Amino acid sequence: MNAIDIQRLSKSFGRVRALDAVSFSVGKGELFGLIGPDGAGKTTLFRLLTTLLTPDSGTATVDGFDIVNDYLSIRSRVGYMPGRFSLYPDLTVEENLEFFAALFGVRAKESYDLIAPIYKQIEPFRTRRTGKLSGGMKQKLALSCALIHRPGLLFLDEPTTGVDAVSRSEFWDMLASLKQNGITILVSTPYMDEASRCDRIALCNEGRILGIDTPDGIVRRFDAPLYAVRASNMYALLSAARRAEGVAECYPFGEVHHLVAGGGFDIRQFMDQLNELDGLSIKPAAPTIEDVFIKLMKR
Amino acid sequence: MRTFKVLLRKEFLQIRRNPFLPRLIVAFPILVMLIMPLIMTMDVRNVNVAVVDLDRSATSRRIASHISASEYFSLTATTSDFKLAMKNLEEGTVDAIVEIPPCFERDMAAASPGRISITANAVNATKGSMGIQYLVQTVSRTLSELNTEKDPVGAAELITVQNRFNPTLNYRHYMIPALMIILFILICGFLPALSIVGEKESGTIEQINVTPVSRFTFTLAKLLPYWLIGLFVLTAAMCVAWAVYGLRPEGAVGSIYMGAILFILTISGFSLTIANFSETMQQTMFVMFFFIMIFMLMSGLLTPIDSMPAWARKITVVLPPRYFVEILRSVYLKGASIVELWNNYIALGIFAILFNTLAAVTYKKQS
Repeated sequence: MNAIDIQRLSKSFGRVRALDAVSFSVGKGELFGLIGPDGAGKTTLFRLLTTLLTPDSGTATVDGFDIVNDYLSIRSRVGYMPGRFSLYPDLTVEENLEFFAALFGVRAKESYDLIAPIYKQIEPFRTRRTGKLSGGMKQKLALSCALIHRPGLLFLDEPTTGVDAVSRSEFWDMLASLKQNGITILVSTPYMDEASRCDRIALCNEGRILGIDTPDGIVRRFDAPLYAVRASNMYALLSAARRAEGVAECYPFGEVHHLVAGGGFDIRQFMDQLNELDGLSIKPAAPTIEDVFIKLMKR
Repeated sequence: MRTFKVLLRKEFLQIRRNPFLPRLIVAFPILVMLIMPLIMTMDVRNVNVAVVDLDRSATSRRIASHISASEYFSLTATTSDFKLAMKNLEEGTVDAIVEIPPCFERDMAAASPGRISITANAVNATKGSMGIQYLVQTVSRTLSELNTEKDPVGAAELITVQNRFNPTLNYRHYMIPALMIILFILICGFLPALSIVGEKESGTIEQINVTPVSRFTFTLAKLLPYWLIGLFVLTAAMCVAWAVYGLRPEGAVGSIYMGAILFILTISGFSLTIANFSETMQQTMFVMFFFIMIFMLMSGLLTPIDSMPAWARKITVVLPPRYFVEILRSVYLKGASIVELWNNYIALGIFAILFNTLAAVTYKKQS
């Protein structure tokens, strides 16, 4: 049995189709990533799976329970960390933890072994009001609270948004260790670089799933030759390269532009065509998840 | 049960830690009970009266001296010039003029006296009409005194006035029960609605909704603290009314609490319904303000329902505070009991059921 099974799940808000017949499943103990930009429908999917919303059509089961009919069973089995910090700012760290433990009918110390690696870092501040914690500490407390009742599944909606790079990396280390405890984790992120830390990822955009695979598998889907090009005038390069012969696509990618070669592309010919640009250089590049995403999105 | 206790404890913690709520809960009743009754008075005092004495007799002097002796009036002038007095009235230095016609005393002895005329500035309608009433009473009392002196047997007072239930016509005694209701509306109506919408705004309700806690448990834990605070404030207000204004309920205290509990249920159900429909605290505030204005002005809190136009009286039927006002005033001033006021209790009971059902129906944990 899969931890999560989603069959053609749809949800609209007025005219906006937030989720459009999405289907996928997540295996037990898997760390599954939903990768996509804002407005891709990630939060809607989380709110559906955590039974905060009901779908317009389609079905889904979480831990074998239907999200509409067995919503109460799901609530005691999952941990949810919403994208927006939503613990009580006027309660202390300790009080928040005890409070959420009590709502699930457990005591905080019963789950201490599970949350210890995370909670230890904020324990020195346990008598501090939650509203006065730093962003990274809030995030750790939120994760501790989501884990306090030893859920079998963890839903994390953009847990690393607005967190610095070091804390982000630490956070993914924590997720990896939680996975060791057999917890299934569904996590969403707008950062493509975090995708490689997942077992499998789903690329989503505008309420649809563009592709599901392991991070490596996704990258391997990129079958066309990819080059990184640069020149001193990057903007002129972009428009010139798009007009050049045999160029399927060219888009800004960090400090360089990524150029996807189509049929009949030849490096020498390309260099000749753009020779009026200063400092022009081109070299082969390894495709990333972002390249795949852009490619799938254009399709 | 443990869940409920924990929720309740959290609610009290939050109220205590709120930067302004504890102060509001303490300061507001004190302000309302100690200061408002001093300000909100419709008693008419310090009416400036000019006596235009064209008679210049013992009788006319006696009338003037009675007027000046009254605590309601201050005699500003005794002249024989009506035009001057009228000018003063127009300027506002005089509120009322008593004109005693010439030869009044002599004609009175002949039993065909001329008429004493009273002219008042009625721009402030209450002051004008009340002033005239007091003046009429004072003057007629003086005249009947004179009659009695002359003919102790034959002359009897033509009219006797007795103010039942509020013998001194003390407006405060009329107002204090109403002020207690205003406290209730704010503490048991306003605050829990704000608190619930506050959780919506901060997103914490989302975190609660993914737990197995039922919405009923959560809402009850939200309301109970405010119910307790409301009853505590009512008790304190009743003590203040007794200690400071010497006002104690003529009827049973139990019938006040009975009405209070029904009213609390009604008003919290009402506020929950508003909370269900609002997304932000600002929205809640505006909607609540709207209704509180209607409650204050149309429930007979400040002005009697009986003197409203017929259409407005019909509207008051659907305003729950109206019934609690009726209960509180009747128990306090008339010593009425539940048996006599049963229809008000029933009405509140119906409203309590109605609003709470509405609140339950409009509550959405999922959408």
